[in-house]
Amino acid sequence: MAIIKLEELSKTFGQIKAVDRISFEVEQGEIFGFLGPNGAGKTTTINILCTLLRPTSGRAWIKGYDVQAQRSQVQRSIGLIFQDPTLDEYLTAEQNLRFHAYAYGIPRDTREKRMRELLELVELWDRRKGKVNTFSGGMKRRLEIARGLLHHPQVLFLDEPTLGLDPQTRRHIWDHINTLRKQEDLTIFLTTHYMDEAEYCERIAIIDYGQIIALDTPEKLKDGVGGDVVTLEAEDNEAAVRELEQKHNLSPELQDGVITFSIPNGDTFLPKFIRNFSIRLLSISVRRPTLDDVFLKLTGHAIRDQEVGFREQMRAMMGHP
Amino acid sequence: MTEVFRGMWVISYRELLRFVQERTRMLGSFAMPLLFLVIFGAGFNRMIGQLTPGVDFIKFMFPGLIAMTVLMNSVMSGLSVVWDREFGFLKEVLVAPLNRYGIVLGKAVGSAAVAVTQGIVMLVLAPILGISIDFMLVVKLIPLLILISLSLSGLGILVASRMRSQQGFQMLVQIIIMPLIFLSGVFFPINNVPVWLEVLSKINPLTYGVDAIRQLFLNSNGATAGPGIGDGSYPLGVTVLGHNVTILEDVAIVAILGAVLMTAAMLAFNKQE
Repeated sequence: MAIIKLEELSKTFGQIKAVDRISFEVEQGEIFGFLGPNGAGKTTTINILCTLLRPTSGRAWIKGYDVQAQRSQVQRSIGLIFQDPTLDEYLTAEQNLRFHAYAYGIPRDTREKRMRELLELVELWDRRKGKVNTFSGGMKRRLEIARGLLHHPQVLFLDEPTLGLDPQTRRHIWDHINTLRKQEDLTIFLTTHYMDEAEYCERIAIIDYGQIIALDTPEKLKDGVGGDVVTLEAEDNEAAVRELEQKHNLSPELQDGVITFSIPNGDTFLPKFIRNFSIRLLSISVRRPTLDDVFLKLTGHAIRDQEVGFREQMRAMMGHP
Repeated sequence: MTEVFRGMWVISYRELLRFVQERTRMLGSFAMPLLFLVIFGAGFNRMIGQLTPGVDFIKFMFPGLIAMTVLMNSVMSGLSVVWDREFGFLKEVLVAPLNRYGIVLGKAVGSAAVAVTQGIVMLVLAPILGISIDFMLVVKLIPLLILISLSLSGLGILVASRMRSQQGFQMLVQIIIMPLIFLSGVFFPINNVPVWLEVLSKINPLTYGVDAIRQLFLNSNGATAGPGIGDGSYPLGVTVLGHNVTILEDVAIVAILGAVLMTAAMLAFNKQE
């Protein structure tokens, strides 16, 4: 059964189409990644799904509840961890959780038990009396994860859950997410622009300029690149590109003095290729494709070095109510 | 309906929790009225003398300062909304299964509770200033302060529902609140002033809140809002078209204002995304 369903969902801010007629489904129990550069429409989509924004057109359902017409049921079915912290920093960890419990009407006897269980899980039980403004970024994120799960949601939305955290803390957060998923039978919907994080997902939707440009498992997406990725530098790159195109019938791309092309079975291709190539090579390597390559192939630009232009900034701003 | 009530109590619960933990704010909100009381009181009291028999300047100003304390604290409901938006907590509130009207009411009730507490605490100064307060005065004063406070919380939230930064809100408060206070008859009777000032003051709904509180105090101190200074040519209370406005009329005006502001605040808050 599809636990999240989007149908032709659009959101425009003035002239800007932040989300442009997107449709897809997420299955129950799945860990689903929403991948794209900043300003691609990820946060706007999440904000619509969690009832913070109204779509301009189209519809969306969570557990069969319409996100516009049945807000309350939707709100009870989902847990949220936003990009920016949403804790009351002047209250203690415990007070933040208790507020959440009251707001969701969690009965007293389950409340205290559940609070302890989750605080222990995210390793904050000892710090429960501590004010949140004394917490580190990683601790705040963990507390938000605990809070987001307090009311037993079936779907957990994570908007860039590890943004701004150091690599060690990121790994730690991911350990928690994986443990939770097993324990709580959750469907996880996450957005990220870290390619390595997207690898944890069972399926990935790639979004660029408000549109879904690909949706599949990470493996299949990478297969779509067309085999292994070969990167090389030659003494004369221009001539190398010409030779690759003419003699090997490949479509190489020259970017920042590096030539990339993809080829099935790169391991066996390489020795033969080096022996016959007429231009002197400075370096050459072969690797399995990453999601970066997928993104590059689909959009023609890399996910990381995309300039955050005015358009994107506007979108990012509008996406945050 | 349960989501309206839950919204109301959860939000007001947090407002109170925050208030208890922020001791500086508690002290800070007394600073301004105290400053006015001490400086203006000392500066003008001897010069002005008795406004009416038994009512000197401090006795005249004190009820106004209670109104001012309540007003400033009530409008802070809006600051709390802006604060929540700036620090992200508002999202936690908006995605919770709480009715948005309930959230607005909760903010208003929470800040009204704080404001009324502060106003009542001001009463400890009364004996020092030679103002007598009796039990009935306090009994009547509390609902009056609650009414004034709820109305002005509505104003705070209405302003805040579109504001994104605390600085912006503070600025707007300076522009709106300061004139409201100075034109409300806190510091001088508005019946013996230039016409433009009188008109502005009488349009200001806050004037009637101040007047209601002052009449309570004057009545319990054996004075009336009626005939005033010297030859008794004008009253200390507010007159509109030759009619001395009564406490009940004051209350009605504040209540109507409150209903309008609160409705507008709810609509504005509900509309935001």
